[in-house]
Amino acid sequence: MSDQLTTTTDVTLKIDGFEVTVPKGTLVIRAAEKLGIQIPRFCDHPLLAPAGACRQCLVDISINGRAFPKPQASCTIPVENGMEVKTQLTSTVADKAQKGIMELLLINHPLDCPVCDKGGECPLQNQAMSNGNGQSRYEGVKRTFEKPVAISSQVLLDRERCVLCARCTRFSEQIAGDPFITLNERGALQQVGIYEKEPFDSYYSGNTVQICPVGALTGATYRFRARPFDLVSNPSACEHCASGCAMRTDVRRGKTLRRLAGDDPTVNEEWNCDKGRWAFKYESARNRITTPYIRDESGVLREASWPEALSEAAKLLLNAKSAAVLMGGRATLEDAYGYSKFARIALQTNDIDFRARLNSNEEREFLANARPNATYKDIDDADHVVLISFEPEDESPIVFLRILKAVTKRKLAVTVISPIKSRGTEKLKANFISASAGFELKAIEKVDGLTNRSVILIGERALETEGLLSSVEQLATSKGAKLGWIPRRAGEVAALTAGAIGNLLPGLRPVQDAKARVDVQTVWGINQLPTKTGKSTDEILKDSDVILLGGVDANDISSSAKSQLSNKKIIAMDIRFGTSTEVAHVILPVASVVEKNGTFLDWQGKPRSFESAVESLNRSDVRILSMLADEMKRPINLPTVKAAANEIAQFDKWEKSTSNWHVSGTNTENLNLGPTEAILNSWRLLLDRGSLQEGEDNLAGTARKTIIGLNRTKAEKLNLVEGELVKISADSVSISAPLKIVETEENIVWVPRNSTGAQLVSKFSKPSGIKVSVSKA
Amino acid sequence: MSKLVSVLTSNWEKSDSFTISGYQRDGGYKALEKALKMKPDEVIQLVKDSGLRGRGGAGFPTGNKWGFIPQGDNKEHYLVVNADESEPGTCKDTPLLMANPHVLIEGIIIASYAIRANHAFIYIRGEIVHVVRRVQQAIEDAYKTKLLGKNILGSGFDLELTLHAGAGAYICGEETALLDSLEGFRGQPRLRPPFPAIAGLYAKPTVVNNVESIASVPAIIDNGVAWFTSMGTEKSKGFTLYSLSGHVKNPGQIEAPLGITLRELLEIAGGIRAGHKLKFWTPGGSSTPIFTDQHLDIPLDYEGVAAAGSMLGTKALQIFDETTCIVRAVLRWTEFYKHESCGKCTPCREGTWWLVQALADLEAGRGSEADLDKLLDLCDNIAGRSFCALADGAAAPIISSLKYFRAEYLQHLQNGGCPFDPVAATLFQGSLT
Ligand SMILES: Cc1cc2nc3c(=O)[nH]c(=O)nc-3n(C[C@H](O)[C@H](O)[C@H](O)COP(=O)(O)O)c2cc1C
Ligand code: SF4
Ligand code: SF4
Ligand code: SF4
Ligand code: FES
Repeated sequence: MSDQLTTTTDVTLKIDGFEVTVPKGTLVIRAAEKLGIQIPRFCDHPLLAPAGACRQCLVDISINGRAFPKPQASCTIPVENGMEVKTQLTSTVADKAQKGIMELLLINHPLDCPVCDKGGECPLQNQAMSNGNGQSRYEGVKRTFEKPVAISSQVLLDRERCVLCARCTRFSEQIAGDPFITLNERGALQQVGIYEKEPFDSYYSGNTVQICPVGALTGATYRFRARPFDLVSNPSACEHCASGCAMRTDVRRGKTLRRLAGDDPTVNEEWNCDKGRWAFKYESARNRITTPYIRDESGVLREASWPEALSEAAKLLLNAKSAAVLMGGRATLEDAYGYSKFARIALQTNDIDFRARLNSNEEREFLANARPNATYKDIDDADHVVLISFEPEDESPIVFLRILKAVTKRKLAVTVISPIKSRGTEKLKANFISASAGFELKAIEKVDGLTNRSVILIGERALETEGLLSSVEQLATSKGAKLGWIPRRAGEVAALTAGAIGNLLPGLRPVQDAKARVDVQTVWGINQLPTKTGKSTDEILKDSDVILLGGVDANDISSSAKSQLSNKKIIAMDIRFGTSTEVAHVILPVASVVEKNGTFLDWQGKPRSFESAVESLNRSDVRILSMLADEMKRPINLPTVKAAANEIAQFDKWEKSTSNWHVSGTNTENLNLGPTEAILNSWRLLLDRGSLQEGEDNLAGTARKTIIGLNRTKAEKLNLVEGELVKISADSVSISAPLKIVETEENIVWVPRNSTGAQLVSKFSKPSGIKVSVSKA
Repeated sequence: MSKLVSVLTSNWEKSDSFTISGYQRDGGYKALEKALKMKPDEVIQLVKDSGLRGRGGAGFPTGNKWGFIPQGDNKEHYLVVNADESEPGTCKDTPLLMANPHVLIEGIIIASYAIRANHAFIYIRGEIVHVVRRVQQAIEDAYKTKLLGKNILGSGFDLELTLHAGAGAYICGEETALLDSLEGFRGQPRLRPPFPAIAGLYAKPTVVNNVESIASVPAIIDNGVAWFTSMGTEKSKGFTLYSLSGHVKNPGQIEAPLGITLRELLEIAGGIRAGHKLKFWTPGGSSTPIFTDQHLDIPLDYEGVAAAGSMLGTKALQIFDETTCIVRAVLRWTEFYKHESCGKCTPCREGTWWLVQALADLEAGRGSEADLDKLLDLCDNIAGRSFCALADGAAAPIISSLKYFRAEYLQHLQNGGCPFDPVAATLFQGSLT
């Protein structure tokens, strides 16, 4: 733990006769691990504060020849010089103590391993074999409980299996800051529980299932579905957000059955969020595209062979007046590189944008010229973290956990500029500055206490206020503070690095820089590249006549995107049917994340590589783009993901950037708000109508409910009471939801951006910063 | 020389012993005046020199405990008085508080002054409502008399005193569980270190002392070290309250110098109930290994009892005569521990669950001699393996009873059940027919 990392003095001790030197503060159980000596344990967890509850880890200890009178819990005792530890391997007392504890742990345990999800990967099973007596002497009555108890829609508890190690409760309290499960009752009736009628409302609840050392906590979706020894485990990376969690994907007969948090101390430590863990059914959903399609004259999609579809797509692209590429934010680095190279070589244009979402020109300049440099480590070391247009618990949950850790462990100062005070902001005990979208520039002026140890984290939504990205970058530069740009989606940083945007070539090379172009031409073995800065998403939607869509959902872009697309010739590459295939003339199916190799770059720019976890005939985008380019006789020579990766490796990062890209914003001082009007504000909640969460009903059960948030004064002025149905309207459309009183300014109304009944992007002209009227529904 | 001492109990016979006027009339709060004229460190030194040891069970030197509180650390310090008294057989703090709550309050003010605490707490067992009310009244009276609050007796010393009633858990007498409970959490023992002296109540330096320990302080201040050390034995100085219960003629509290023997105490208490003889007894509550009639002359001080294989504990002498079935008595105690186990650690939580079933079988005459060895082995896997001392207490009566009365356990097995008439052990014995 952290005190182990910060200490400089070392301690030398003996364990089972072997000398070992470890940093001061190390616990005996960890020091033993260093020697390869495994002391059995249940409650111990390296990332949680020691509990000493299960007593399984008892060892004999003496210090400078003075022995403790009784065995000690090695998970609670820090090492000391002159300490001599005897574990079960060399002390009969320790060995008997451990076996005694194991026997006791099992007297009330059902030992229903054959029907228990944990069977086969169970620390209790394993350690009962390694450190227990073969036979129990218990002949009495076992404690039983009604089972299971649903502590949320996705976590079930079988109390009779619980060994009461308090890992789950300590995780929830110490790591997630969600103390919604606790130990109740006493003695042998002690049990994990929730408050009456208050479910385990945490975005991180799945971690408790993972660290439960027995089968007491199970995920509702995985429960009774598989035996661990039938699963093939693959290291993987999460595709859901830019936090960059290392993951493990467990597959049986070509199907993902569960995902677990992987172990990466520099990124997600050992945790992940419930979305990353429990949203994967989309990849095997019924609306997966399994074959190419072509739309016939009558407008009906028909199945087509690959050669036919590729030839049709090539024809469309070659005959275009102005062809362009639009990408969603979920492509891997290799696939994004494929799109980037395809646009330049096959389409001979820079008209490409990975931002098939809200976007601005200022943002594109920011992405090309600002050099965000913050890392998780910087958060660990920061003296102050400032969050702007960024709600980490919803928009990058592992970043949130990291900040929370520093808040908990060392009272890190956090400032949040956001329209409403979220639960996350409360958990971070942050200094909250309320600012509506469009008005953050004034709020930034209120931020003080920035040094070169400070970290400013800015979210993708910053683009929604003109001048905000510029001002924040200037602020960070002037203070020497670290800056982090944290997009929501897992593929955005990779797409940027791959040059899948109109003003940049791979490696952040400016299109307008001749030397930069020469670099690219050299690697690509060509002597000319388009020189005109490419169109951005909005311009492509307006002006291009043929568009290649790579993983795009029109509803992410704007309320008009779908109708704009329907007037064009569209080639859609995607994994599932959706808004892009509805308007497509040619559909080319591609592989989902589990079916392919690839690399994401997390928000820090750190590569998160993974290999395919299931066998599939589906191919990665880059492979299909390469075939399409061949068909067009304009080859890009990227037949495999590996080939793309090798080529990408030849581009170093272009460090030069211009400094005069900044845009000065206007503080839209006067919106002329009427008494029933407010400014719309929103962000996407972690669990919402996001398309990768489709079909995950248990997960959806823990999503936060759709509400319309107003402050108390505003609600009172409008004669609205908390809980009643209210309506916001603009552009002759409206949505309604129950009113919730929130901490915010009077002119702000807040609604989740993409939740049930509140899908703002496809409904309103803008999902934030616009005037809406508020009334009883 | 009479073996009796009359300090804490000196005014118990008076009808107004519990009132502030009665207490003051008999010299109460004089020690406080004296103490407030001393330097805090002098008070600590005096208590150290007196050799006063904690009366809550462990016998830790009280002055040393106070001395552990870091000084000049700019943190609040707290004094917490442990009035949870729930150990079976222990009944000394409750009558003391009933008869003389002000001696505790006076002690609290002195102790708080010494450790530089401006807020003290009494954590009192919630079930004893009448005592809670009495102490509450005493605190109110002390506030009215300006013995609590701001600028006590013009010394410039301020002290707030809060009474907190527990919700009925034996484990909340364990000092760290008590602190959790006082903070509003479920009472379960905390991991140590940090010890309460460094991070106790609300993570601030805290002294936790038993009622009797604190109540003994005013007399020591009043009469001096030499007076106190003239009583007791070499390492166990002074006087204390022994509580006698069970099959004695006159049960109750007896105040005597440490080192008195059960033989002497029984004499004072009028002996075992008529027509019966001593069979076994606890020297310090149910958590201390039992003694038998071989131990009548053991000096009841910390060293003497330890040398004979038990602990002085709370000096709760539960006396059982020959009508009592040892298995039955031990089973009842074990049921208590099972009920009171907080559940935090495996050996206690699961072990007491098992022990009760094992003993119930033996009481009913089910099993064989091998089950006695299994029972002992089970105790070996519980005692000294748990998170706190409650489980040690649970194993103590079982291990010690098997040491002295193994034959009686076997008799149950041979007999196919308990050979005793349970009515014979009751006080209403004979009155029912
Ligand atoms: C299970 C358990 C119960 C205890 N109950 C009490 C109690 O009711 N009263 C008490 O003063 N000490 C009790 N103790 C001892 C306290 O933990 C602590 O040692 C004592 O309050 C310290 O006071 P002293 O130093 O004045 O003796 C208990 C200890 C354990 C392990
Ligand atoms: S549910 Fe699992 S993690 Fe939680 S206390 Fe029980 S055994 Fe431990
Ligand atoms: S935090 Fe982001 S990367 Fe991690 S599991 Fe959740 S969605 Fe995936
Ligand atoms: S021994 Fe363990 S279970 Fe028993 S009271 Fe102490 S901490 Fe709780
Ligand atoms: S692992 Fe050490 S007490 Fe549980």
